[in-house]
Amino acid sequence: MRLVVDLNRCQGYAQCAFLAPDVFAMHGEESLLYNPQAAAEQRQNVERAVAACPVGAILLELTDEDMAHLPAPDAVAGSGARPGGTR
Amino acid sequence: MTGVGTHDGALERLKRDGRIVVVGASLAGLRAAETMREKGFAGSLTMIGDEPYEPYDRPPLSKQVLLGHAVADRTALPRRRAIDADWHLGVPATGLDMAARRVRLGNGDEVEYDRLLIATGVRARPWPNEEEGALEGVFVLRTRDDAEGLQRALAAGPRRVLVIGAGFTGSEIASACRERGLDVTVAERGAAPLVGALGGVIGEVAAEMHREHGVDLRTGVMVTGLEGGPAGRVRAAHLSDGSTVEADVVVVSLGAQRNTEWLAGSGLGAGPRGIACDAGCRAFDIRGIVTDDIYVAGDVARSPHALFGYQFLSLEHWGNAVAQADTAAHNMLSESSDRRPHLWVPAFWSSQFGVNIKSVGVPPMGTEILFTQGSRAERRFAAVYGYQGRVIAAVTFDQCRWLQFYEQQIETTAPFPPPFSTVDRRPEGNKPVPADFPDPSVPTHGPTITLSGYSPADRKMTFTPARH
Ligand SMILES: Cc1cc2nc3c(=O)[nH]c(=O)nc-3n(C[C@H](O)[C@H](O)[C@H](O)COP(=O)(O)OP(=O)(O)OC[C@H]3O[C@@H](n4cnc5c(N)ncnc54)[C@H](O)[C@@H]3O)c2cc1C
Ligand code: SF4
Repeated sequence: MRLVVDLNRCQGYAQCAFLAPDVFAMHGEESLLYNPQAAAEQRQNVERAVAACPVGAILLELTDEDMAHLPAPDAVAGSGARPGGTR
Repeated sequence: MTGVGTHDGALERLKRDGRIVVVGASLAGLRAAETMREKGFAGSLTMIGDEPYEPYDRPPLSKQVLLGHAVADRTALPRRRAIDADWHLGVPATGLDMAARRVRLGNGDEVEYDRLLIATGVRARPWPNEEEGALEGVFVLRTRDDAEGLQRALAAGPRRVLVIGAGFTGSEIASACRERGLDVTVAERGAAPLVGALGGVIGEVAAEMHREHGVDLRTGVMVTGLEGGPAGRVRAAHLSDGSTVEADVVVVSLGAQRNTEWLAGSGLGAGPRGIACDAGCRAFDIRGIVTDDIYVAGDVARSPHALFGYQFLSLEHWGNAVAQADTAAHNMLSESSDRRPHLWVPAFWSSQFGVNIKSVGVPPMGTEILFTQGSRAERRFAAVYGYQGRVIAAVTFDQCRWLQFYEQQIETTAPFPPPFSTVDRRPEGNKPVPADFPDPSVPTHGPTITLSGYSPADRKMTFTPARH
């Protein structure tokens, strides 16, 4: 899967780092570092992080490889970001 | 297909079976293409990019990638939707014929358009001495390949890294080196890191950060030459103060140059300062007349902004590329009365030495600065920039929650110094001080916002008409 975080919008709330710690990590008090191409096994965690981000800053694209991996019926797929990716 | 204009039914025709060409297949180009499809564009879409890769994200290249948390060739941008485009990757656009509405490609092909979007961005300014710049161990950082090479060189455990230029990218590289336990020297021509972007008051805070993290920071100096060893590897650098720094990795971080050379002689208002466009992203031609079929977005654009006195702004900001691409794409497919101005308030983030630095507005316009929240000593603060009695920008160090508030202040042209008294008790008091930006005519390393005057077609540029 591919992801990008709009770090202008990100408020450093760290929900994503809590829900998918192998993909998102806080660096210092409010800097977020993330892996832009996380492994398929992380799908469920990342989808939870996308849904939990209070400012909708995480844009996620699932690839075929992710689709082949375990289904996550309860998770919200796709993007938490509004079109345009601005505020 | 010519004749697709803005007359009755023409817009519908353009949307149904027009031809849109995007030159520059990176962040702005991709996001614009997605917006076009979202708006129902069903015609042919051609993406031309000189890098051989599909669009990828650059900010991680100086952060996660150098820290080893991500891999340079795995930063491809997620797609908002499928764009069903005809991709020409690894092929540069080499010319534009505005009259025939045609883009020439490096492989000899030509592509015709009804609407053209130019999003060719910028590239790293190379080391001025070509021979020295070609030494092994000398890097710039702009592309995926650059990052891969630099990350490999850092992993090999160099004895010392020299970073030339302490703008945002240079500072982030120095920070990553320290985190990897590498010795690093930073040489900056200005008085402090980040002075061009944030001024001397904040630059001083940045300098403290470098030094506390063990960076050998040298300011007010220039690197005058690089010296190679017998195997063609860089060995040392000579500085203007007469000193020598021995380093086996050198990163040249001297800001960016706009990718506009391919437009030379085309008649478009394009030059070293970028491509001038109106608030609706339509490019100006060399006569200062706005075109109706050529649009620009992202780092290559310079556009007038109503909130900042209609100054032409060149913004090397991720968020600007996304927002301007969206506006350009919307306007390309709209009647003139439905077009939107690009009114995005500039915003930027950087992550260095474990501190989250963010800004909104245009700090280099600020003449004064006031610390408003938090503490400068603890490096957790918000500071506001004032210009002619109004709030023009704000910067935060690990205090990003304040930014939205200041963004509103900027948008509503709130007074400076701010009348509210929410400030914590701080020893430095409650008085604005000069923001201390260097003389704008002296270029600094990577200001990331460039104020480039009012004139759309820079009169200093020479233009040789093709048919005279
Ligand atoms: C290391 C690094 C770190 C960054 N960190 C941050 C950050 O923390 N925060 C932030 O806000 N911004 C950051 N940025 C800036 C951000 O990445 C840019 O603002 C953004 O990439 C601009 O997108 P763009 O599409 O306008 O231009 P670019 O990304 O520069 O893309 C332009 C594309 O066009 C191609 N091209 C050029 N000429 C031609 C031609 N003639 N024909 C075909 N193709 C051509 C180029 O090769 C390139 O692929 C960073 C940039 C770098 C390099
Ligand atoms: S949950 Fe959202 S706002 Fe919080 S750190 Fe993650 S991306 Fe940022």
